[in-house]
Amino acid sequence: MGMTLNALTRSQIYVLDQDQALDFYVGKLGLEVHTDVDLGFMRWLTVNVPGDKGREILLEKPGPPALDPATAEQVRELLTKGAMGGWLSITTDDAHKTYETLVAKGVDITDEPTEKSYGIDFGIRDPFGNKIRIGQMRQQG
Amino acid sequence: MSRAVEESNRAMLRARDAMDRSYADPLDIPALARIAHVSEAHFIRTFRSTFGETPHRYLQRRRVERAMYLLVQTGQDVTEICYQVGFSSLGTFSRTFRQIVGESPSEYRSRRVPVDVPSCFVKAWTRPSSFG
Repeated sequence: MGMTLNALTRSQIYVLDQDQALDFYVGKLGLEVHTDVDLGFMRWLTVNVPGDKGREILLEKPGPPALDPATAEQVRELLTKGAMGGWLSITTDDAHKTYETLVAKGVDITDEPTEKSYGIDFGIRDPFGNKIRIGQMRQQG
Repeated sequence: MSRAVEESNRAMLRARDAMDRSYADPLDIPALARIAHVSEAHFIRTFRSTFGETPHRYLQRRRVERAMYLLVQTGQDVTEICYQVGFSSLGTFSRTFRQIVGESPSEYRSRRVPVDVPSCFVKAWTRPSSFG
């Protein structure tokens, strides 16, 4: 094949407000801030699952100059309708306990925990409209 | 787009998520309007302009999507599935299913094989379209 890709290290989702995103992803979900720096042209804000610094999620605010104002508006509209396509899948040791904790924190639930062939998982939504799946996976093999 | 429209979209999405969760319960417009912080009349109008269909039609598609899932993934009989997903009569269920899917529940069951991917994608992609 001539080349080898090694790992997925960074991915991105849009958020409407980075402070609110921090409150949700760090304050409620318990992710860690990986990098939070003002680059001048943008605030580079990434988070990671605790202990997994090799995989960052960029919480990007749509707007100029990366996107023209009209396009940024379209992104904001799609995001708040749940149609932007941002999606994260995160694992946990105990799906039911995590679910109860997030319910107590007032997080929006889209699916209750359900048993699947691959484990137990449930769905939540961030304050902006992105989908997040949290699963307790069965041991493979 | 104004902040007000974004907040309205997000509120409508929150109400739609609530319908997704309690799809087998009767459609409760007053409760959904409360979730979205709007009046009942405003809720139906705004839901339609946001998602392109009425709350009633969305709930029908959600129930039919669940029925499609149960028909393929379980051995439950059609009547049992009909009530489980929230229809109160087998006639209405069969008619709605055929109208939306284009075939009867039994015909649909006979042609499909089970899949197992995260529910949110199954829910979104197997929900029969209102839009042709």
